[in-house]
This record gives sequence, structure tokens and C-alpha cells, in this order.
Amino acid sequence: MSSSSVASQITNIGQAVRSRIVSALRKGENFELRSELNSEYRDRRKEAVKRVIANMTVGKDVSGLFTDVLKNMHTDDLEIKKLIYLYLINYAKTKPELVILAINTFVKDTDDSNPLIRALAIRTMGCLRVSEIIDYLCDPLRKCLKDESPYVRKTAAICVAKLYDVAPAVTIENGFLSAVQELLSDANPMVISNAVTALVEINDSTPDQGVFELNPPLVNKLLAALNECTEWGQITILETVAAYVPGSTREAEGVCERVVPRLQHVNGSVVLSAVKVLLRYFGYINNPDMESQLARKMTPPLVTLLSSAPEVQYVALRNINLILQKRPDILSKEMRVFFCKYNDPLYVKYEKLDIMVRLGNEKNFDHLLAELKEYANEVDVDFVRKAIKAIGFCAIKIPGSSEKCINILLDLLATRINYVVQEAVVVIKDIFRKYPNKYEGIIPTLCKSVEIIDEPETKASFIWIIGEYTPRIENADEILEAFMENFGQEDAVVQLQLITAVVKLFLHRPAENQELVLRVLKVATEECDSPDTRDRAYLYWRILSTDPQAANTIVLADKPTITVDSHALPADLLDELLGELCTLASVYHKPPRMFVTADARTEVVSATSLASARQTQRPGSSATPSAAASPRHMTSPPPSSASAPADNDDLLIAL
Amino acid sequence: MLSGFFIFNQKGEILISRLYRHDVKRSAADIFRIHVIANPDVRSPVVTLGPVTYYHVRHENLYLVAATRGNTNAALVFETLYRIGELGVSYFTRFDEESVKNNFALIYELLDEVLDFGYPQNMDPDTLKLYITTEEVKSDRSIQDASSRITMQATGAISWRRNDIKYRKNEAFIDVIESVNLLMSTKGTVLRADVSGQIVMRAYLSGTPECKFGLNDRLLTDQDNGGGGNNASGTGRSGAQRRGGTDASANDTVEIADCKFHQCVRLGKFESERTISFIPPDGEFELMSYRTTENVNLPFRVQPVVTEVGRTRIEYQIQVKANFSPKLYASNVTIRVPTPLNTSGTTIRVTGGRAKYVPAENCIVWKLQRFQGLTENMLTAEAELTSMTVERRWSRPPISMDFNVLMFTSSGLLVRFLKVFEKSNYQSVKWVRYMTKAGSYQIRLAAPSGSVTADEGGKGGQGKVEVS
Repeated sequence: MSSSSVASQITNIGQAVRSRIVSALRKGENFELRSELNSEYRDRRKEAVKRVIANMTVGKDVSGLFTDVLKNMHTDDLEIKKLIYLYLINYAKTKPELVILAINTFVKDTDDSNPLIRALAIRTMGCLRVSEIIDYLCDPLRKCLKDESPYVRKTAAICVAKLYDVAPAVTIENGFLSAVQELLSDANPMVISNAVTALVEINDSTPDQGVFELNPPLVNKLLAALNECTEWGQITILETVAAYVPGSTREAEGVCERVVPRLQHVNGSVVLSAVKVLLRYFGYINNPDMESQLARKMTPPLVTLLSSAPEVQYVALRNINLILQKRPDILSKEMRVFFCKYNDPLYVKYEKLDIMVRLGNEKNFDHLLAELKEYANEVDVDFVRKAIKAIGFCAIKIPGSSEKCINILLDLLATRINYVVQEAVVVIKDIFRKYPNKYEGIIPTLCKSVEIIDEPETKASFIWIIGEYTPRIENADEILEAFMENFGQEDAVVQLQLITAVVKLFLHRPAENQELVLRVLKVATEECDSPDTRDRAYLYWRILSTDPQAANTIVLADKPTITVDSHALPADLLDELLGELCTLASVYHKPPRMFVTADARTEVVSATSLASARQTQRPGSSATPSAAASPRHMTSPPPSSASAPADNDDLLIAL
Repeated sequence: MLSGFFIFNQKGEILISRLYRHDVKRSAADIFRIHVIANPDVRSPVVTLGPVTYYHVRHENLYLVAATRGNTNAALVFETLYRIGELGVSYFTRFDEESVKNNFALIYELLDEVLDFGYPQNMDPDTLKLYITTEEVKSDRSIQDASSRITMQATGAISWRRNDIKYRKNEAFIDVIESVNLLMSTKGTVLRADVSGQIVMRAYLSGTPECKFGLNDRLLTDQDNGGGGNNASGTGRSGAQRRGGTDASANDTVEIADCKFHQCVRLGKFESERTISFIPPDGEFELMSYRTTENVNLPFRVQPVVTEVGRTRIEYQIQVKANFSPKLYASNVTIRVPTPLNTSGTTIRVTGGRAKYVPAENCIVWKLQRFQGLTENMLTAEAELTSMTVERRWSRPPISMDFNVLMFTSSGLLVRFLKVFEKSNYQSVKWVRYMTKAGSYQIRLAAPSGSVTADEGGKGGQGKVEVS
């Protein structure tokens, strides 16, 4: 640009300052950049381009400099060229008409004798997504797909996927799909893996086109490339092979044999992808010997993943959690490796805790419980509570360990630390449900903690225990009476439990408790806001007034014991998730359709909250009692089995 | 695949933003800043906000963030993020806010190269350094040949090695570096002890050398007896020294639980014959990493006795024994003994080295420059506690230890041989070095109620760690 125009720009600045100071300041920098971009000195132009990109990064609008930036595109300096291309990618959408000015340079670059520049040009053109560019892209792309340099070919393969994303029809018309299919037979492994990547991507966006169909010779070719291509290419190929259904058991065995060495790869995601293939193919090989041999080989690499970076560990642990539910044998002897380190991040600790409990059995529960007790003495509240829950879970899962668990829980009660006591009481209630009439000897000890109990769930649990064991607690009426004082202010769960407990008390000792039961039913029906509470109170009232005998059989009926195997995911969901190993779905333990299609939602969803969302949803979708006993649900307050009428209530709601 | 990649600083300011696909917008970065960086409640490294899923890792004072849509390969995304971090370290030695700001143009260049349409491409720093450099690269004639050669290498089957390397003296250095991890219970029993080792090789070899590498791996030695003649120099000596003079018997093998290899090692061959054969990259690289869990020789044994005297005083008696040959010694031994948060002062006595109370870390740091094998040292200390209005629990962090022991491997691993075959048949010299350092070496402190059981428990653990 001539000096006179620079001068006129300077006067422009003057005018701008006069009109609006704020905008002028912003403009001021752009004007300064513009003059620098047009500087006669190469260094200053280069600096200016860098500053433009820096501004772009922090979100300042530098699109006004489009033409000036473009002028610098004809350069020998690769660094500048790349920065300008970056600028183009960024602003092509808002200034499509100006991108056309750059086309010539691009087309020229695709003919450059340097393969790096050819690849750069074709890579960038693919990212521009401007319809005018597409027409100009076809010829160079065709050439680059057949380029002598594998580097250009592998870039061109991905470019086809980019093109298909904007203009599928053009891609097909120009025969690019078949050109990429041909690249599957390329001599260079990286070209093959990028061609696979491109085809998988295209196939995923339009599955009905059948652009990428696997057949035995092709799978063979891919597996042959597996040894030589980069780790990322290996992942692509393994993912592809995992989705393939082999024609015969022999073919499946062959694939497994060639995939097994990948377990030794240093990249954790290669290892997980290989595990995925093997688990998948277990269904196809009809050979238990080979299957258990392969399973044995998986153990050490999975354990090794635990020494990787915490985030990779987290993904691995979530996956291991799934794998364990399908094949508990793989890590059955390795419980100790899941012991938490003091400085593990919490999200890793939670997963380890869950897996440790899964691996617990009659033989190793001593170690497990010693470890859990250790965790219960730490200071992070959430982690401590999870550890205590785990103790309860262990007691329910492993009958032999219940005695020991109870002792640990009593120790914990003795600490009189608020949150420890809250959780321990809830857990003790669950153990009571599993082993009725076995540990009621500890109730006096439990009662000593009554003044610490302040959380609704804990109160509900405590009241349930009192109600359940009224015949053996002499002062049960006093205890329940004490809770009656604030009846109106209590949570609905507590109110429900209190009503049930008082009715139980009345049925056992009708003579002295008539007044109490009337009072509770009256308060509940007349002064409570919660419809559930009122409903239940009316229900009891009617039963008691019409047929006390029926009340006896209904309220004091035997309760179903709680089970443990429901800790697992439903079989069909588990199988689906095993097919999604290493992916986000396997981290969330949720099928992809649950989170992929969501478009408008903006609320915070993290791995943990998604997992809990899954649990709350499930009871409706599957008939199994699965929701009852995952660690979270296991400890939910007991209304569902507290008494028969309540059970019916809950069933009605669930239906 | 990644739809976008961002780098943030601690404060949540965006330093680098690169979008690879059009399904994620630039504003995604703001959403991440608001909902993750500014929200201390988010603990998970994976967060889905609306349709976009964010993966992040921390590197120094940076957040490296990948934004993706759909059901992406989570393991791959994290590996990629870590690899970008490593790449940064390889290019700028320190990869922090300052170096990102100073080199942002180069970082954009790298990002353009390592990911295409969100799919990871070549991320090997050595290869990338051939054509992405801090110096100005011009596309003139002289380097065009070089470019086509580079691109061949970047995509080729042996992408890690040029074929025109020449050295006057052909040498290979092998470093066996082991990190020994220990988790000892409050009772003094070993909960977990394992070794994660790496074998780092510095190869200065001409041409295209075909290497074969042998260890005292139990599975391999079961297959063929006799490790091969071309023993690496230094192996014998160090082996003898490490064992403190005992002759290395045929049983002296190591059971490797798992191992991982550098890209250059032929995994198929390892699977079928359990031999490690490869064409090495030029210069330094990690040939393999491994893990052993059996017969771990713990170099140090720590016996802590911690007693709380009332509410205002804690007494420590920490005994540390070196469990390796007296001919060897450990250097840079650091033992961190945690103290409660309300410690007001300490009196410390040690039989060796120096110890002082570091209030910022809430621990007594005990340093010994040199710790001879089979000797022991003792720390006795008292910590005075101030009384607190609100009783806060002390989490009793474990005692942790740091050390280096040269010419000692906790796993007992030895390099048996390294054979080099090359067309020109040159002689090569090989060197081996062993070192064991502390990984996560933690000894838990007993809770106050569980009185001092270290003595009795110590015996239980002893059997496990005794050097056979």
C-alpha cells in the first residue's frame, strides 16, 4: 500500500477518535496492524501476522484485516503461510466472498514441488467449507490422492472425509469414495490407516450408503498394516476390526492371534482397543481353552494401565468395571492393585473403591475390610462415606464377613464424628435387613449415638430399626416419642418411617401405645403437607379401625431380603457397553444414544451425575431389581420394604 | 476424534484455540471456562455440557482441553492430550504459560500437523522436529529433497529412523531405571509392592542396525538356556556387585508381569518367540517399560512408632534400614514424616543426615546424602501442638520416601545381552547402568486407637521383603 493511503488511514484514526473513543481504540490497533501488514519489511509483516493470530486467539475480531492478511499469502516462509491459512480457516465462514481471492494460491501450492506444501494446501482447503472452494478443490484433490508422496496421500484421504462432510454429492460424483477405497491397498501403512479413518467417518455419517464394508481379505490387509502404522492408526484399525463379524471361528481365532501383541503397546488406548477386540471375539471363537488363555493375557496389561496418568487411569478403571461384570475371572486375584494411594485424585479413588468391592470374596475380605477401615479414617467426607457404604456392601455380599463388618461399624460409631455416624447407621440398617434377628445385640450401642443423628436418611434408618425391633426394645416408645416432637418439620422419609414404626409398636404393645398411635396419625393426616405422609397415615388408620388382625398380617409381614447381584448392570446394557469399550459411553456407563443426541441442554453433566441419572432411570425400564443395590441405592431409606402397604405404594409409582 | 483443542492458563484465560471440526464453536471455550475452571466442584476430568464433551488434563499451570461431540474414544483423547503435553516439553523444555505465550505460532503449527480433522497423525517429537522448527523454514530448492525425504520418513514403516546415520564410534548405552512402589499398612505388612521399570537406550549406531536384546526374563530363559555370548559389557560386573558377591545362578531370573515396548520393537515377534528385536531410533529413547510384582527387593524398610501424648504432643520414632548390599549406597534419601496441621514446634534428633520441620508442607523433612547398605538410621522427634478451638481431624498422611540407589534393581532384573547386526558388520560397544529410585513409597501411620503394632507387624512383613 502506498504511503498516501497510510496517511489517509492515520487521518481516519483521527476521525474515529473524535467520534467514539472505545471503538476507536479497537480500530486503532487494527489500523496499526494493517499498516504493519503492508510494510515493506518482511520481518515487520511477519510480526504483524503473528499479532493478528494472537488477537484472533483471545477472541478479538480481526476479520477486517482479511485482504491485508491475504496479501502476505504469497510467501516462501512456511511459518507465515501456515498462520495465514489458520486465519483463513477461522474467517472463511464469515467472509466467503473473500476466500475466493485465496484460491489461486491454494491451487498453485497443490502443485508445489515440496510435498509438505502440497499437503498443507490440500489440508487447509478441506477445512474452508465454502461452496466456491469446493469446485476448485476437486481437481487438486484428485491429483493428491495419487501423489507420489505418501504424506500427501494420507492428507488427501482425510480431505475426502472433509469434503464429504460439506458436499456428499460432489464427493460421490467425482469418484473420490472409490479413490479412497483404493488407498486401502496402498503400500504405506499410514495412508491405509487414514483411508480407514476417512471411510469409517463417512460410513458413520451415512450408514446406509455401504461405503465401507469389511470382508475377509480387507480385514487381513488391515491387520497386516497394524504392525507398521502409528499408534493412532492402530487404534483406528482395531476399532474397525472390533466392529467386524468374522465369518468363521478360524477367522476369528486368526484375528485374535494378530491382535494379542497389541496388548504390549505403550499407548493405553491401543491396549484398551485390543482388549475390546478380544472381548468381542470371545463370542465368535468356539474354544474355551483359547478364550481363557487370551483372558489371562489381558490381566497384566490392564493392571499396568493403573500406573498411567490419572485421567487415563480413570477411563481404564471405568472400563475395567465393565469388563469385570462380564468376566470376573480376569482380575479376580488382583484386588490389591486397586488399593487407593493417599494422593490419588478422588475420581480415581471412587472407581478403585467400587472395583475393590466387586473383587471382594470369602477369601480376601479380611484385606478388603482392613483397607476400607483405613479409608473410613481419612478426612475427605465424600470418600469416607463411600468407604463406609462399601463396608456395608461387603457385609451383604459376603455373608462370612458380616460379623467383622459390624465390628468395624461399631468402631466407627465410637468415633462420634458426625458424618461417619450418619453413614454407619444407614449401613447398619442395611445389614439388619440382610441378616434379620442376628445383630440386634448392638442396638443399645446404636442408641448411644442418637443425639448425633441429624440427617433425614439416617433418622429414617434409625427409626426403621427401632420399629422393626420394638418387641426387644423396652423403651421403644420413649425413643419414638422423642422423634415425634418435631414431626411437622421432618423430611417426608422420616415421617413415613415414624408412622410405620409407631404402628408396629402399637401392634406389638397395643395397651400402652394407643394414645401415641392416635397422635401420630392425627398429626400426619391433619398437619402434614406431604401427600405421601397423609396417604400412608389414612391407610394405616383405616386398616387399624376396620380389621386390626389384617393390620397385623400386613404390617408385620416378612420382608424380602435385599440382594447383591443386582449391583451389576442389566445384561443387555452391559453387552452394549462392552461393545463401546474405551469410548465415552463406557466412561459414563450409559449407551451413546442417552447423551449423543442431546442438543439444547446446557446443564452441567459430569460423569458422576450421569451415572446417577442412569440409576434413577432404570427401575422403569427394566424389571430386574437392579436399582435396589448399587452402592447408592443399597443405602436408600427402607420404605420400599418397610411394610407391605408401602411396598405396594412404591410399585404403583414405579409402574 | 477431537473437534477442538484449547489451552487455558490457571485463571481461565485462553492461550491457544484451534478448531478442527465445525460441530464445535469457539464459544465452547467460554463454556468450559465458566463451568469447569471456575467451578471447584467439578472433579471429573470428563464433563459433558450440552452436546459438547470436554476432556481436560493439567500440565504445569495449564489446562489442556479437548472438546468433542458424540461418543468419542475417551482413552484416545486423553492419550492425545498427554502427548501434546509431552510434545510441548520436548520442544520448549518447560511447557507452561510463558512458553506457550512466547511460542504460540509454533504451537499452532504443531497443532496443525499432529491432528487433521481431529484425528491424531504423527506425534513423534523427533520426526516432527525434522520439519517443524523454531528456525525459519524456506521452501527453496535446497531443502526440497530433504522435504520429500522427511515426508517419506514421517509416514514410512520405519518412521523413527533416517537411513543415512553415520558414527565413527558405534556405541549403545542402556539405562535400567526402576521405580519401586510400596504401600505399607499401619500394621507393617506390605499391601502392595511393585516395580515399574524403564529401559532407556541411547543408540549411536550407524546405518540400519538390527538389534536383539535379552533380559533375565523367566519366561524367556525357560525357553532357551544360556543367554547368548555377546554379553553387554558391564553386565557381569554390575550383576555381581548388585548381588553383593553371590554368584548369579540359573534361577536368578525375574518374572515380568507386563511390559510395553517402543514403537520400533516387533510386537509380533515378542508374542511368538519372546525375543526383543528392533531397529532403534537414533539417540535416546525408551526401549521398553515393564512391571514386576514378584520378589520385590525393597531397598528400605521403615518402622514408624508414632504416639500421641495427650492432645498437645506427638512423639515420633522412625527407624529406617537399608536392605541392600553394604557395597552399595543410596543417595539423595529424603523421608517426609507428616505432622498435624496445628504443630507449633518440634524437637528432632537424628543419627544421620539432617532433619527439619517444614511448616509449609506440614511435615518433618529428613535428608540423608548418603545411606550405606545394611546400615540403619533413626529419627526421634517430638511435635508440640497448639490447642484448637474447633477440633479438626488430622488425616494422617503416610510417610513418604525418596531415594536413588545406583547399580541396584529392586526387581532383580539384569540385561543379559544386546546384539547389534548391521550390513557393514561393525564392532559396537555397549554399556549398562542400573538405578532404582522411589516411585510412590508410602508407609501408613497407625491411627491413634490402634496402638503401636509396628513391632509385631514388622515380622509379618519381613518375610516378604527379605532378600533371597
